[in-house]
Amino acid sequence: MHSITVTVNGQAYTKEVEARLLLVHFIRDVLALTGTHIGCDTSNCGACTILINGRSVKSCTQFAVQADGKEITTVEGMAGEALHPIQEGFKEEHGLQCGFCTPGMIMRASDLLSKNPNPSEEEIRWAISGNLCRCTGYNNIVKAIKYAASKMTEEVVES
Amino acid sequence: MIPGSFDYSAPSSLEEAISLLQQHGDDAKILSGGHSLIPMMKLRLASPAHVIDINRIPDLDYIKEEDGVLRIGALVREADLEESELIRSKYPIIYEATKLIADPSVRNVATLAGNLAHGDAANDHPAVMLALGAELVATGPNGSRTIAIGDFFQGFFTTALEVNEILTEIRIPSPAANSSGTYLKLERKVGDYATAGIALQLALGPQAVCESAGIGLTNVGDMPIKAIAAEQSLVGKTLNDEHMKHAAELASDASDPMPDLRGSAEYKKNMVRVLTYRALKQVVEKILS
Repeated sequence: MHSITVTVNGQAYTKEVEARLLLVHFIRDVLALTGTHIGCDTSNCGACTILINGRSVKSCTQFAVQADGKEITTVEGMAGEALHPIQEGFKEEHGLQCGFCTPGMIMRASDLLSKNPNPSEEEIRWAISGNLCRCTGYNNIVKAIKYAASKMTEEVVES
Repeated sequence: MIPGSFDYSAPSSLEEAISLLQQHGDDAKILSGGHSLIPMMKLRLASPAHVIDINRIPDLDYIKEEDGVLRIGALVREADLEESELIRSKYPIIYEATKLIADPSVRNVATLAGNLAHGDAANDHPAVMLALGAELVATGPNGSRTIAIGDFFQGFFTTALEVNEILTEIRIPSPAANSSGTYLKLERKVGDYATAGIALQLALGPQAVCESAGIGLTNVGDMPIKAIAAEQSLVGKTLNDEHMKHAAELASDASDPMPDLRGSAEYKKNMVRVLTYRALKQVVEKILS
């Protein structure tokens, strides 16, 4: 067993884990944060996408021990008192139907917008190319991310 | 899917990692990005008793060009290559191949060195490195040695790396003036392995005579292929349509694909021809424009 300390959504957790424990299982089963979903379990679908030190990562293809000392953000860490602008975008633009892919989409969009605050439609589509949605046909997801981009850019201008 | 049990170490120096490799030999696997290793472990296609995580070793994540050589450290992620201004402007062949690998979240983690050391003919960087004439630095108990990329791939998932060696650096000669390259990949869907892929790097001299040509092929054989006859057919020529078509035929002849869900062997060979011709047209035009 290995003792790891991981900061998840601002809170530090120290846990004993087996080396083979996948990070997604650590998040869901050990920390009981079930907003991060398991879809394909083969790093194709992106449902398990989280942020490690601000970069999007598929948590089904990492061991929890690799995250020792790292900062993780999951979908539970996005909203403050109000919804995060990306979450608001998904709500306003009907960016989800069943919602299974949504946490992963939101985390991926978060990484995209941190690097490229005003992406074109094509850049958004490339950016979510590793996140599969079987309900929406993607158009509304693209709109949701555009909504978030303009809202977040406005907020920066206002502040 | 849960991998089998293993012992995990995360050494903080290269020396420590190599000494662990010496200790455990064939029972150990190096974990860098892990985006080939972990899926194989989850499928139980690989069950290493020891996993040596090199991600805690400092100073292996550099991209630098000095004395006419581009040096890329073992822990440079695909996303680092994609975001590097140097790579974008001076090594378009690397940039174009990188952005076609898997997807952005995978590229945040996966490494160039891992893509090569895995020895998979379906990976995209081997063809690029064959086209660029790279050298790989392998570090083991007796220090470092360099391996020419042409000698690195030795068979199906087999490379020239010894059991106690780690691929620590990729060295690429800086491109001459009037040179450029591209990577063309036919895929069924974004992020897929190539149905066929071709990496091309060309240098043209005065009067647009071809001074050097590098051609690497992806996923059309049991290991990455350097299309040597096609390369040689171009050097010394002022590249016209006929030369390009001939080289494309020779590249196709160099391929030896297996039929699978991505297509028949005949189709894939034909795609190598089409992609090589297309790449030649594009790169010559790019250099001359």
